[in-house]
Amino acid sequence: MKRVTLEVNGKKIDKEIPDHTILSVLLRDILNLTGTHIGCDTSQCGACVVHVDGKSIKSCTAFAADLSGSKITTIEGLAKNGKMHPMQEAFKKMHGLQCGFCTPGMVMSAIDLLKNNKNPSDSEIRDWLEGNICRCTGYQNIVAAVKEAASKM
Amino acid sequence: MASLVGSRVERKEDKRFLTGKGRYTADINIANQTYAIFIRSPHARAKIKKIDTSKALKASGVVDILTGEHIAQDKIGGLIAGWAIRSEDGSEMKCPPNPPLAKDNVNFVGDPVAVVFAETLDEAKTAAELVKVDYKELKAVVSLADTMKSEAIHEGIEKNLCYDWLLGDRQKVKEAFDKADKIIKLDITNNRLIPNAMEPRACVVDYNTASEEITCYTTSQNPHLSRLIMSAFGGVTPENKLRVIAPDVGGGFGSKINLYNEEIVCSWASKKIERPIKWVAERTESFLTDTHGRDHITHAELAVTNDGKFLGFKNETTANLGAYARVFGTVTPTYLFGPCATGVYVMPAAYSNVKAVYTNTAPVDAYRGAGRPEATYTIERIVDKAAIELGMDPIEIRMKNFPTEFPFKQTLVHQVDSGDYVAGLEKAKQMSDYDGFAARRKDSESRGKLRGIGVTTYFEACGIAPSPVVMMLGCGVGLWESAEVRFNPTGQVTVYTGSHSHGQSHDTTFAQIAADELGVPFENIDVVHGDTDKGTFGMGTYGSRSLTVGGIAIINACKKIITKAKKVAAKMLEASEDEVEFKDGEFVVAKSNKKKTIGEVAFACYLPGVRDEVKSPLPEGEEPGLKESAFFDPANFSFPAGSHIAEVEINPETGEVKLDKYTAVDDFGTIVNPTIVEGQVHGGIAQGVGQALTENAEYNEDGQLITASYMDYTMPRADDFPEFQLGFTCTKATTNPLGVKGCGEAGSIAAPPTIMNAVINALDGQEISMPATAEKVWKACKELKKSNAKAA
Repeated sequence: MKRVTLEVNGKKIDKEIPDHTILSVLLRDILNLTGTHIGCDTSQCGACVVHVDGKSIKSCTAFAADLSGSKITTIEGLAKNGKMHPMQEAFKKMHGLQCGFCTPGMVMSAIDLLKNNKNPSDSEIRDWLEGNICRCTGYQNIVAAVKEAASKM
Repeated sequence: MASLVGSRVERKEDKRFLTGKGRYTADINIANQTYAIFIRSPHARAKIKKIDTSKALKASGVVDILTGEHIAQDKIGGLIAGWAIRSEDGSEMKCPPNPPLAKDNVNFVGDPVAVVFAETLDEAKTAAELVKVDYKELKAVVSLADTMKSEAIHEGIEKNLCYDWLLGDRQKVKEAFDKADKIIKLDITNNRLIPNAMEPRACVVDYNTASEEITCYTTSQNPHLSRLIMSAFGGVTPENKLRVIAPDVGGGFGSKINLYNEEIVCSWASKKIERPIKWVAERTESFLTDTHGRDHITHAELAVTNDGKFLGFKNETTANLGAYARVFGTVTPTYLFGPCATGVYVMPAAYSNVKAVYTNTAPVDAYRGAGRPEATYTIERIVDKAAIELGMDPIEIRMKNFPTEFPFKQTLVHQVDSGDYVAGLEKAKQMSDYDGFAARRKDSESRGKLRGIGVTTYFEACGIAPSPVVMMLGCGVGLWESAEVRFNPTGQVTVYTGSHSHGQSHDTTFAQIAADELGVPFENIDVVHGDTDKGTFGMGTYGSRSLTVGGIAIINACKKIITKAKKVAAKMLEASEDEVEFKDGEFVVAKSNKKKTIGEVAFACYLPGVRDEVKSPLPEGEEPGLKESAFFDPANFSFPAGSHIAEVEINPETGEVKLDKYTAVDDFGTIVNPTIVEGQVHGGIAQGVGQALTENAEYNEDGQLITASYMDYTMPRADDFPEFQLGFTCTKATTNPLGVKGCGEAGSIAAPPTIMNAVINALDGQEISMPATAEKVWKACKELKKSNAKAA
């Protein structure tokens, strides 16, 4: 067992967890933040993307204990005072989601893109999202949503 | 009040999905739950000699371990095929038993043989490692082409043949072929695919020891059907003691139609061990055990005149069912395939002959399009080949053979009620700048690239119906849909549908149509689905049926509401029913300013006391309350159609195929929400492009699935696509009051032949199979170079 202290969506967390607990499992099974999804077992699908100290990572690739001291933001932590983040608003406006399963990862990943590139082109967006698989949308409206968000952020 | 049908209304469901509040099965936890791990066959074909659980049972945290022996002792039934298909000689199809846990034989890698329940997931996994299964390995039957010559894998099923089915008239076809100037021949494979909904399958089961009720949360496209099968065929518990809930479901595409082994086993076991059970598939389990799609080998022939008129068509197809026949497994390669194989053309004679066979691979069932992509691929590829051999333009040959009058009696089965194939193709030709292709090809060539253009014109038959017909064709259930519309006393409305959304946006579109019918604000309408305890029995969502069947049931229930409410309104307004008109949510007495809103009427229905001097607003004989239900069984399928045109650019040095342009013009009749329909088309095209260019489920000769992870199975990513250009034409369906046709599968039906016709066009007519991977295309480019050098 290891002790881990984290700030998750602005809340201090202090837990004893099994050494091998990966971040996605900590979020989902221990903190009940089930908005972070698990869609594969090879770190390919990107449904589990969260922000660690402001950078997007696939939460299935990190041991929670290794991140002690970090600030984590999940899909649940984006809305402020009941108002959705501009990226969430843009996904809604542009119909950038259907079944919603890949959506949390897509949104978290796209926000990180705009941190690095305020006005990305279509191909830069497609390139960045290469690590997030969506089976429903054909990606077209996801790209449109990221552009919409870029124009608002 | 403006009509909401036709509006780009934003989705009701989005907020919960976007804020992480969606509730998928794996998000559900029940106090005191155990964790299930299934022990699966590592062999494609073997006899189970012995299962030794003694060591595993003693492992830490283990609650119980169950095997096929326990299933047999408790007489738990197996998984079933939903359609009985007859062979050409009249004999019944042959289906092997498919117990939820294999007892004697395993027939594909992943076939479950036992299950461990433990206090934690880690303990369940550790214990599963300790279960010893002694197998006698047998030679697996894997190659589809050789299946009928191989040893029978199921007792009593000779040649591994489930059925040898014929649709059409062999003699008429022979006569047509005798008259032909030219016979075009084509051998194709329709590659095996894995649907890959992003949410892996899962179930969470709770047994209530007091009420003896089992509640099964599961990832299903049709929870009512799952309950029916689990109860009537599985014998798990009577239907009234079984509640199946499919909460938010993360995509299905056909792979979540079937009731699976795990749901039966966990439901049965939960009662047995008197504990809740949670099972969530890992992605590799999904690859191994979700139903796969397609997997046909086809020889097709098209008889033509020298000026490009079609005289006749035939195809001989071998379809892979995998190890067992499942719900739509037997109908997908027959009635969903054969009738559509003559495409959008006037075809004087035709037949489809399909042999469906068993192999030691995962069961094959409906995958987005189910049979219609295979049919469309066959006809659209051979039509293109005919154009090449006759030296005709692919658009010209298609135009020449389109029906010009509707209803169009299609060759084999369908009476197509409406369409305008010429208008669709004209529009696609214009939108894609078809005439500018030669210049673009030249430009590509100047950069050392090969460029090809591909055309597909398709129709499909979806919203499968009516029940008497489908049952005559062998369907085990009727394919109607149910709806219930309930007014609350305070005026909001709840709509219950028997269909199910796993991405299709029912919460939104169904509220749009109900808002129009009832004149109630969209915001005040909630759509409820996916819980057998809440709504009436319904058939679920597949085959693009939700709106064309389920949506119409909602409209019919709304109409009943208005009929009753009008009577009540008339009494309240002291007018005769004939004088009262309902418009935009108000009951108005003609030539007066007397009116009541539907909300006021609903309130009166629930509180039928003295009101506005009227003693009771309820006419004599009317019951209180305002709630109606309807079952809708359409008169026919719906027949969307369209024309898709794609351009690809190939780098001959690497074989890489870049999809450069994609234009889709579809006719879905009335469109309820254009944004949502466009999304459906985008997604369908993407899956079709995946089939054509990247995806392939591959088994090695031992029956090991060598594409069982996202490292190996090439899912299309964002950077694989250009921006799709969409256009629409509209001929309304005549078989439902909205005039709607299904839209969910169009893209995946049309895209594969569109892309492949473009790739083959770029390769100068050289045949290539799906997926057109860089390796295959690179080899083809080398061949092309050789033959060009020879010609020079």
